[in-house]
Amino acid sequence: MDLDLNAPHSMGTTIIGVTYDGGVVLGADSRTSTGMYVANRASDKITQLTDNVYICRSGSAADSQVISDYVRYFLHQHTIQLGQPATVKVAANLVRLLSYQNKNMLQMGVIIGGWDKYEGGQIFSVPLGGTILKQPFAIGGSGSSYLYGFFDQAWKEGMSKDEAEKLVVKAVSLAIARDGASGGVVRTVIINADGVTKNFYSGDSLPLWHEELEPQNSLLDILSSSSPEPMST
Amino acid sequence: MARFNSDIPTKGGFSFDLCQRNEMLLKKGVQLPSFRKTGTTIVGLVFQDGVILGADTRATEGPIVADKNCEKIHYMAPNIYCCGAGTAADTEAVTDMVSSQLQLHRYATGRESRVITALTLLKSHLFSYQGHVSAALVLGGVDVTGPHLHTVYPHGSTDTLPFATMGSGSLAAMAVFESNFKEGLTRDEGIKLVSEAICSGIFNDLGSGSNVDVCVITKGHTEYLRNHLLPNPRTYVSSRGYSFVKGHTEVLTTKITPLKSKALTTEVDAMEE
Repeated sequence: MDLDLNAPHSMGTTIIGVTYDGGVVLGADSRTSTGMYVANRASDKITQLTDNVYICRSGSAADSQVISDYVRYFLHQHTIQLGQPATVKVAANLVRLLSYQNKNMLQMGVIIGGWDKYEGGQIFSVPLGGTILKQPFAIGGSGSSYLYGFFDQAWKEGMSKDEAEKLVVKAVSLAIARDGASGGVVRTVIINADGVTKNFYSGDSLPLWHEELEPQNSLLDILSSSSPEPMST
Repeated sequence: MARFNSDIPTKGGFSFDLCQRNEMLLKKGVQLPSFRKTGTTIVGLVFQDGVILGADTRATEGPIVADKNCEKIHYMAPNIYCCGAGTAADTEAVTDMVSSQLQLHRYATGRESRVITALTLLKSHLFSYQGHVSAALVLGGVDVTGPHLHTVYPHGSTDTLPFATMGSGSLAAMAVFESNFKEGLTRDEGIKLVSEAICSGIFNDLGSGSNVDVCVITKGHTEYLRNHLLPNPRTYVSSRGYSFVKGHTEVLTTKITPLKSKALTTEVDAMEE
């Protein structure tokens, strides 16, 4: 397939948002692709909207960046006028309004997560088209297809902060293993009453899943070692 | 032309008047002129004291080299430079426009321009044209907040990176960067790495060629090294060069036409305010 370096920048992506007892954990991979080329292998798809609200972006890089910039600007004005931090619901609805009213021109799916003093930790999903859905957890991006079954089995209410973060990291690494458009590192952002914690999990610290090869230093090692078992039907 | 109504005011936007003519010409076999693109390898990296930008110097018009020594590193501000890949007219126009806007902003604020200002101006312009302004840029500079390096794509998305490559030769240059880049390079190491990356693009990518331009930006000082490397000199078959002495060419006919100079003198009044 020809390398089209003029293709619009898209974030293949896996994005996740999960509520836990006391806050939210947002997670994402770090791959931005232009056609078949990885334009940025260490991008930060979790963008700040306010001190207490962050947004996970997927879809067209340009569209999601511009919408995030507009919403950050509106929320800043709103915070000044309101005199207190904006709520997660307001932030999510601003994103939804821009997304729905410009649905013909935009191509992005986002997850908004944050903490406010009224409702605690909340996750809102705003996919293509501009629907808004409040959910206890949300997944998005091309890699999310591989996670629906995983979350059906592994998600439970009332997890602790560490359990939730481990779940998110495991989920993103599973999606990275299966989705070509997701890769790089796993970034997580934890938002609760105490503030915001950002974490970074490099590619080599993530577990390898079924049939992924261990990185080898030399071709000779691969040739001399026994070949992996063929896939059985 | 009875159809044209002079009451309708001219609106902005694209004029579709010539589309029928263009279609007719295409059917007849006349090809559309191709855009002059800068095939290009452009790179940037952050080193210990600031930012180094690099670019090749070939501009192509389809398969032809239109300019063997063009300048792809554009001035934005005394402390900010921008490499441009894509359609040459678009990169030139967009960088000139933002450079002027930055200057007006400097006059209004009384401060040195910031790289992030240039970035926001570029990204909003490119986004509003939805990718039709084909300019892929590597923007770098040093301001009060420190050294910055960004890439800007034609659709308006941006990335902030410690090292970046763009253009048709970006894969060749990125291979060099991924192998040899480390944090905290010195000035000479940085220039050497940038030159290597551009040379990789020049020799391995058909859309890039000719010479290497480098621009080193540090706090308070910018050095634009135009034609830092010339790895593709013009070579002649004969090392003595050529001399074309009179008598080499046979003269068939000679015709001399004297040009009479006409000088008209007329009385004129002196200019008055």
